[in-house]
Amino acid sequence: MDNHNCRELLGTLSDYIDGALEAELCAQLEQHLASCENCRVVVDTLHKTVSLYQTTATKSSVPQGVRERLFSRLELEEFLKK
Amino acid sequence: MNETPSKPDVSLAALKAGDRAAFAELVQRHYELIYRLAIKMLGNPQDAEDVLQETFIKAFKHIKDFDGRSSLSTWLYRIATNEALMFLRRRTPQTFSLDETMQGEDREIEPLQITDWCCLPEQELMSEEAQQYLDHAIAKLPVGLRLVFVLRDIQGLSTRETGEVLDLTDTAVKTRLSRARMQLRNELSVYFQERMTKGEEA
Ligand SMILES: [Zn+2]
Repeated sequence: MDNHNCRELLGTLSDYIDGALEAELCAQLEQHLASCENCRVVVDTLHKTVSLYQTTATKSSVPQGVRERLFSRLELEEFLKK
Repeated sequence: MNETPSKPDVSLAALKAGDRAAFAELVQRHYELIYRLAIKMLGNPQDAEDVLQETFIKAFKHIKDFDGRSSLSTWLYRIATNEALMFLRRRTPQTFSLDETMQGEDREIEPLQITDWCCLPEQELMSEEAQQYLDHAIAKLPVGLRLVFVLRDIQGLSTRETGEVLDLTDTAVKTRLSRARMQLRNELSVYFQERMTKGEEA
């Protein structure tokens, strides 16, 4: 990361992986990525980082009993079905 | 956000009239998302459950004042976020001030590790141990960054919705998200790089 260009472009990577980077900056970044292995690795691992978190988020579930205790605390037991 | 289009939002009129069935429906639709927000922010199931309960108690109490300018789920997220912040403040009062949550957020996060660990097998990336490390890495984020990351990338809110919950501009949300992601990438790279070296030795 000693390259001046790499440093300049750091702040654009997050928008880039969201597909939310404005066209001009996007073209500039992609041109840089074509010749910079380091930045390609950062983009790929950044992307992977986000997708790992997204995957695990959808897998996480509420522990048993939490829903029951919530309804009971709110005095809504009568609506506790299924 | 997060409501399936086929299901209309719970009737606000019914909620305001104190209809308990409507409130039970509101709880049923949102409790999982609120719990997930709380557990990711606090890292502790007991605290997360307390935040969950307090959120709906407050929602019940203040539904009269809800002005309908945001969606109900955004409103619930706002309450839950404030509750979670109160817990964090109580837990570490000596180190926690709102100013402090902003510290370390105004600098670009430099990539420290340049290792391509994307090629690690899925079972390594998704192992129980990796999962714990992911949670540990979130816990190390400054609170202001953690909130934005959890709302955007874990809860799947849009930039605008996240800004509404936290009273931040789109630009501020994007900047914080970028820093949070870069810091997490650094943390995960340290961890997975070790896994790669181990793989090579084996
Ligand atoms: Zn570069």
